[in-house]
Amino acid sequence: MEWNEMAVAAFALLGAGIAMIGGGFGPAIGQGYAAGKGAEAVGRQPEAQGKIMTTMLLGQAVAETTGIYSLVVALLLIGIVNKIL
Amino acid sequence: MSSLDEVLEGAKTVFTVFGLPITESVVNTWLVMAVLIILAIVLRRNLQMYPDKRQNIVEIIVEGLTGLVTSTMGPKNKNFTPFIGTVFLLIAFSNILGIFGLRSPTADFSVTFAYGIVTFFCIHFFALKAKGWSYIKGFGQPFIFLLPINIIGEVAKPFSLGMRLFGNLLGGSVIMAMISGAIAIFVPAVASIYFDLFSGFLQSFIFIMLTMVFITIAKDDDD
Repeated sequence: MEWNEMAVAAFALLGAGIAMIGGGFGPAIGQGYAAGKGAEAVGRQPEAQGKIMTTMLLGQAVAETTGIYSLVVALLLIGIVNKIL
Repeated sequence: MSSLDEVLEGAKTVFTVFGLPITESVVNTWLVMAVLIILAIVLRRNLQMYPDKRQNIVEIIVEGLTGLVTSTMGPKNKNFTPFIGTVFLLIAFSNILGIFGLRSPTADFSVTFAYGIVTFFCIHFFALKAKGWSYIKGFGQPFIFLLPINIIGEVAKPFSLGMRLFGNLLGGSVIMAMISGAIAIFVPAVASIYFDLFSGFLQSFIFIMLTMVFITIAKDDDD
């Protein structure tokens, strides 16, 4: 394999890792915050648990979106490496 | 269970019709459609005033969906229940196909993007029907130079809906392939309950929730 191809593969894998750092941090903080607030809300109003649960899961799934985008980017980068090697 | 390389490779072509590739996603969607049609035919047979077990379960599901649509979109949009319910069942059954070792059709961006486009046309069709010309004028609000940003925001909706579903499903099947590659017994079964069943239902629920919210906002918001 040529040096150039090797560098491309290395940087693509590095980029996939870096993408997942950001994609891991952001949604984790967002989802944790939503779960914490959800627990607080259930503590204050236990009878509304069902509604709080749905709202919380929906909010968490939307917060997850950016993480999923970075996962897709990382998978695309890994796909490029698979094609080169 | 398929290996990691197979998952990352994308859907395989099963056969071609006049040079048009028919992939695994299409065939598996046919399978889901067949299952849903057979279920519908079997479950709607001899409905009674005093329901038996089977009819009770179906009534719970239908009433739950109706209640969800009424509480999210308002009582006057109750007519959306059949559409929303169909989308929910189609996506949910596609998602949980992974549990049978088949490739979920929704782990293919073409499929999820098509679902996103269905939502996109629904949003604009019903908004145009409800508001008419003032809906198109609404894109120039509050200032006319925000027009391109508003249009990009609208075009981004099917992409983000499709990407969310695709990414979750692909991520789930990648993780499942990794787990079943590392440990062969028991652990994949437990993980499959979360990644295939729970995540699959959650993602289809989120898809219909966002569809309902987008349609309601475009249709009924007067500003």
